[in-house]
Amino acid sequence: MSRFLTTLPIDLPALLAEVAAPERGGVATFLGVVRNHQDGRAVLRLEYSAYEPMAEAEASRIVSEAEEKWPVRVALSHRLGELAIGDVAVVVVAGSGHRAPALDACRYVIEELKRRVPVWKKEFYADGSMKWVDPTRQMSPAPAVEAVPAK
Amino acid sequence: MRSVSESASTVAVRVLLFATYAEQAGSALIELTLPAPATVQDVLRRLRASLPGAEQLPDQPLAAVNRSHARLTTPVGDGDEVAFLPPLAGG
Repeated sequence: MSRFLTTLPIDLPALLAEVAAPERGGVATFLGVVRNHQDGRAVLRLEYSAYEPMAEAEASRIVSEAEEKWPVRVALSHRLGELAIGDVAVVVVAGSGHRAPALDACRYVIEELKRRVPVWKKEFYADGSMKWVDPTRQMSPAPAVEAVPAK
Repeated sequence: MRSVSESASTVAVRVLLFATYAEQAGSALIELTLPAPATVQDVLRRLRASLPGAEQLPDQPLAAVNRSHARLTTPVGDGDEVAFLPPLAGG
């Protein structure tokens, strides 16, 4: 597997090429894309950071686990640094002889990544404030006064 | 590998903080020396006592030793790298 973390836009064709093989007829792909809202607040941009050596090690472990549980080849990449709305933050691809293992492995990897890989994101909001995202505290009540961009 | 003749009464660790923890503590890298034997919990206590901003760290943060997830009860050895990790937000 190529290095997991990158500061460049993720190279999806390269990841697909990593899992491609004549016998692999099913390739499942997940893309995590920066969205424009969080808990009802308008997000302008994100900054991703990581405990890089541990993120690399944990990502390798997750790939090995998936490749042991299913007859698959997995590739994944997570982008760090400043990302804009619509940018791809993470890609998981899984190739197998058939679609079921590919889809199952792809799901496993993204779920484990979110649970175990030490990556953090800081959100910058339209009202000028910023906040480190805490997924354990999502769906917090929106503030009483909030600048919301016109649709 | 420590030689049999050495007696290790202290443990020197590198502590790494990230994201909101590093901002609160005002530091991302702290070298600490503790009495042996020591656990991650001991490192956290010493960190809180040594670094003014670190008392804001939670009582039971996520932790890693040598780049693997660890518990507060995980022992730490001389030269280990201990990290306290805010809630993960990857993907």
